Amino acid sequence: MAEPSAATSGMTTPEATTLREAVALDERPTRPSAVSSTLTFAHRALLKIKHVPEQLFDVTVSPIIFTLMFVYLFGGAIAGSTEQYLQYLLPGILVQSVLFTTVYTGYTMNTDITKGVFDRFRSLPIWRPAPIVGALLGDTVRYTIASAVTLTLGLILGFRPTGGVVGVLLAVLLLLIFAFALSWVFTILGLVLRSPNAVMGVSMMVLMPLTFASNVFVDPETMPDFLQGFVNVNPVSHLVTASRELMGGSASFSSVAWVLVASVVMTAILAPVTMRLYRNRS
Amino acid sequence: MTELAVEAEGLVKHFTTRKSVTRAVDGIDLAVPQGSVYGVLGPNGAGKTTAVRMLATLLRPDAGTARVLGHDVVEDADAVRSAVGLTGQYASVDEDLTGTENLVMIARLYGFSAAGARARSAELLDAFGLSDAGARPVKTYSGGMHRRIDLAASLVMSPSVLFLDEPTTGLDPRSRNQVWDIVRVLVDDGATVLLTTQYLEEADALADRIAVIDRGKVIAEGTAPELKSSVGEGALSLHVADPARRAEAAEIVERALGTPVVLDNDSTGLSARVPQEGADAVAGVLPALVDAGIAVPEMSLGQPSLDEVFLALTGQPVDDADASTEEVA
Repeated sequence: MAEPSAATSGMTTPEATTLREAVALDERPTRPSAVSSTLTFAHRALLKIKHVPEQLFDVTVSPIIFTLMFVYLFGGAIAGSTEQYLQYLLPGILVQSVLFTTVYTGYTMNTDITKGVFDRFRSLPIWRPAPIVGALLGDTVRYTIASAVTLTLGLILGFRPTGGVVGVLLAVLLLLIFAFALSWVFTILGLVLRSPNAVMGVSMMVLMPLTFASNVFVDPETMPDFLQGFVNVNPVSHLVTASRELMGGSASFSSVAWVLVASVVMTAILAPVTMRLYRNRS
Repeated sequence: MTELAVEAEGLVKHFTTRKSVTRAVDGIDLAVPQGSVYGVLGPNGAGKTTAVRMLATLLRPDAGTARVLGHDVVEDADAVRSAVGLTGQYASVDEDLTGTENLVMIARLYGFSAAGARARSAELLDAFGLSDAGARPVKTYSGGMHRRIDLAASLVMSPSVLFLDEPTTGLDPRSRNQVWDIVRVLVDDGATVLLTTQYLEEADALADRIAVIDRGKVIAEGTAPELKSSVGEGALSLHVADPARRAEAAEIVERALGTPVVLDNDSTGLSARVPQEGADAVAGVLPALVDAGIAVPEMSLGQPSLDEVFLALTGQPVDDADASTEEVA
């Protein structure tokens, strides 16, 4: 029935010999630390950006389109002049650009699951959260690129942050912290939903109200009461307020603290849920 | 008593959907001796992958216990993970990354130094005939190369137990033979391999023992010859020289053996099952044909194929399952 092929009969062919030597492992390393495993996964995320640079298209192009569209299309109507509106809008659109990028976290995770890469990781004797935490760390590179693109365009168009370089950098840092915390929403969706496209669709349905029903584009004073109620509890509004203050050089402790506390609370609740789903995935 | 590499008792896993509960694995017992190839044979949806995923700690059993090299897959999952390698449709490498990057990443995750990981990666690529492809993204690999890099990835730490979930599904015959050769070398060197397959030929060619599973249960277990003889019968097949006389020959064979004769698709072949106590009857077939003046240029007596075994055990031919695999690949 089965014809034994050349390499099997004697097991002395060159291939069999190199294979045998490769399998006989002389040095067995000790298990790496949690930090080292996490960094290995972060490195993987960077390698993926290197090999599939198209995935940065959204990150770079959509902030440009959104910024240009809102400033020149609506700026005059909303703020009286496009220059004035740019000063108001830019910190908000920076937040929106980066938060939109967080959906890729769930998308890539779901792709890993459907392609079977995740099961390989889960079969390894490593610190269990490493693949997820590593991927989130790698994603901060994406967030940083989105931030840089938006800020550069803003500066070219005439945005002048009175908070200076330090204020802008602190605003970006605060934004990265919040984006990391928000990403856990998408890791959960990535683990629960069936296909990468479903993750993308549902994630956008989460992000649209979060970013549009906020103070990103307009002053909430102009909104009806019921909407103001939501806008005022929306963590994105607090993040945008804190960013505006930091970039404007007038940060208040309370707005920054609000964002940090919200980030910690979100991570504390959502990260364990993610890990539970990750461990029990079938 | 031989040491067992893998043992499972009463393993159960059901999946609940909105409408129903599927008992994907419905009480499976396995005992895999160290240093052997153990084949888990069954059609699509029989529960093979689910069983392997439980043994590899990816799924928690709903009931029953399993141990790999003495470590419980639930209580001592990390020890199991350190000892096993896993390759299958559901445990693959990252297609966006190159072969080298994948192996280096996995070696790093096992604790190799950066330089050690690169050396290990080069060594494995060489052993699997992938040195030239190491710098290319895995998505550009052919099916056979892809399966070899998957195998290499599961051998980074030289595991003593290797789970291969349908390692040759969708491969061409040449790549399939390469995978078989790799398995033989590994076992020759003392590893234990548990492989699932829906190809009877593969189980027959590689496995020391085979568990046939269907609908989440083990329906037969043993060596390939044991399974074949448990069906009880061999088969007699012959060809007549003159197609016109085949019907006559069929009648003679049927009278001698007392079992129904099946005519082959060509115009000269026919075959019949040999009844369990029919050795003597077989001896009478040829003289009877000679007496009737029917020339028989070809005649053979063989054990039943595993296909026939499967049909006898489940009442359902394996061809159904085979047809649906093509899409998976």
